[in-house]
Amino acid sequence: MPLFKFKTKRISTYLTAGLLTAALAPFAQAQTPEEKGLEIAKTRKATDRGWNNSEQDMKMILRNAQGNESVREMRSRALEITNDGDKGLTIFDKPRDVKGTAFLSFSHTLEPDDQWLYLPALKRVKRISSRNKSGPFMGSEFAYEDMSSFEVEKYDYKFLRDEACPVQPELTCYVVESNPKDKFSGYSKTIVWIDHKEYRMFKAEYYDKKKDLLKTLESSEYKLYLDKYWRAHKLSMVNHQTGKSTVLLTDNIRFNTGLTDKDFDKNTLKRIR
Amino acid sequence: MHIMKKFNLITLALASLASTSFTSQAVELHSQIGIEARYFTQDPAQSEQTDTQGAIRGEFEFYWDLGGNGNNFIFKPYFRADSEDSERHLIDIREAMYLHVGDDWEVRAGVGKVFWGVTETLHLVDIINQTDQLAAFDGEEKLGQPMVQLSLIRDWGVLEAFVLPYFREADFAGAEGRLRAPLPILDEAKYEDDDEENHIDFALRWSHTLGDWDVGLSLFDGTSRQAEFLPTVTKDGLALQAFYPQIQQAGLDAQMVSGDWLWKLEAINRTGDLITDYTAAIGGFEYTLVGLFDSDMDLGLVAEYSYDDRDDAGVTANQNDLILGTRWVLNDAESTEVLMGFSQDLDYSDTQSLFIEGSTRVGESTVISLDAWFFTSDDPEEISYNVRKDDFIQLDVAFYF
Repeated sequence: MPLFKFKTKRISTYLTAGLLTAALAPFAQAQTPEEKGLEIAKTRKATDRGWNNSEQDMKMILRNAQGNESVREMRSRALEITNDGDKGLTIFDKPRDVKGTAFLSFSHTLEPDDQWLYLPALKRVKRISSRNKSGPFMGSEFAYEDMSSFEVEKYDYKFLRDEACPVQPELTCYVVESNPKDKFSGYSKTIVWIDHKEYRMFKAEYYDKKKDLLKTLESSEYKLYLDKYWRAHKLSMVNHQTGKSTVLLTDNIRFNTGLTDKDFDKNTLKRIR
Repeated sequence: MHIMKKFNLITLALASLASTSFTSQAVELHSQIGIEARYFTQDPAQSEQTDTQGAIRGEFEFYWDLGGNGNNFIFKPYFRADSEDSERHLIDIREAMYLHVGDDWEVRAGVGKVFWGVTETLHLVDIINQTDQLAAFDGEEKLGQPMVQLSLIRDWGVLEAFVLPYFREADFAGAEGRLRAPLPILDEAKYEDDDEENHIDFALRWSHTLGDWDVGLSLFDGTSRQAEFLPTVTKDGLALQAFYPQIQQAGLDAQMVSGDWLWKLEAINRTGDLITDYTAAIGGFEYTLVGLFDSDMDLGLVAEYSYDDRDDAGVTANQNDLILGTRWVLNDAESTEVLMGFSQDLDYSDTQSLFIEGSTRVGESTVISLDAWFFTSDDPEEISYNVRKDDFIQLDVAFYF
């Protein structure tokens, strides 16, 4: 059972601070930074289980180094899969020339993801080579791998330190280094800031294969759904090497809308709206 | 032209039915208006042929959601007008399709478009729709096909059955047009079957995804979408008449994904009383290099080999040909892409073609494309000889709204 989840509960009402420290001290010493990092990742995933399915509207604002903006609008649907990666479907509404294009992905924890693209003008469902995860999503600063569901098995972890959370400095965050196991990832490592209380990710730094800082993500405007699931409504990704940035705004999040496996089918893509 | 009239009647009836019964529903509209200009770089093979050609087209998709559950009606008229070649004028119903979605089945009825297959440079298995070869030289544009389609979506795959009650004749360039046979093609076509364009065609397809494999098996029985040409003497001299035989076609398509590689195969066997029975296949791979030179650019490499056992370059341009293609995707905000392809006939070393297609978005929703095609053919026996003088550059601007 997740130790840190336990820790967040009101243990202090039962134990004095001194007793707690004494009780946890042996564990803390026995735990390596790697073990602690893994434990945080497991708890983060565990606190976000059981949402079944969801739908949301998304808007991406792409800015280049000169400040010129370009907008994308899409709707996404997700289906939670226990013991494997989730299924996702994204339908594009803007730009108008790609309206109706749909992207279906079955993410997997250890194997490569399965991905299909539906091209409405050709009425064609095209399989995509799944190693294409480091490429930009719709010309934005988000890579395909940044958009896919968080799975514990995808990374090795290392706890670095505790510090005040970015965006909300009144909270304390775990700072954890994640190293992708997939050699086709575009990153050498990611450093994430996760708050102690609710395991929300407030910030992530992405390092390229040359180990230089590539991008920084900040998540904000978190809202609580079904009394249990925190969702960020604003994600800002800045590319430090190109000066380009993307803001991803999420709206109209709905849970348990009745989506099933059949709504995430290659055949269903042909009639998706 | 009377054929179009009849076809239009059916679709207009469908459309008016749709508009009367769905008036309470909100309609979504998605449209495209395109303007294109073509410049042919060489003197034409025939003196009446043009050097420059302009066209305007429009496509308007009306969508009605019929009470959720995926049920809907789509009506998509299309028009095209050409500055030089009146044969290129067209009013078509690309789609007028009612869809009903059941639990593990779907029914479509009306006019629509269906794509089968996996390869990039040639579509052998794809047979439901007639190609609108005057819309785009690459053969990716299709005429609307009247149909009733039943799909069963089961654990063992997807089974689709088609009844195709009406046949669409191919369109051919007129005397002023380029990219055509040297002899004029008569407006009136001939058919093997007495029912002519009203012959009822049938098709069946099973497709399934098994792990890294996507497979499909298909059968078709009906009027061949590909015309054969009969030399005919008219009062104006020698001409060609399109002839549509009855055929049976069995098709196989398979694709395997393996890391960065996509392996593809399509094969068909076509038989008929009035055609030379034949087997044809195309196979190859697509390989993608992601993040080329540490940039955001992807480079896709395509290599496909096509084979046709008729072994007669006079009837097929793909009897023993190798096609190499590259696809540069910049992954920028403007979705800039450049496609390049080179095709070599392995029987006729002088027969080659080369194309470059580049496109980028300007502003919110305007796409500008620049295409260029170059042909080489020295042998009058080879079908590509017809277009040896028709190298062209085309600029296309499409507005989406």
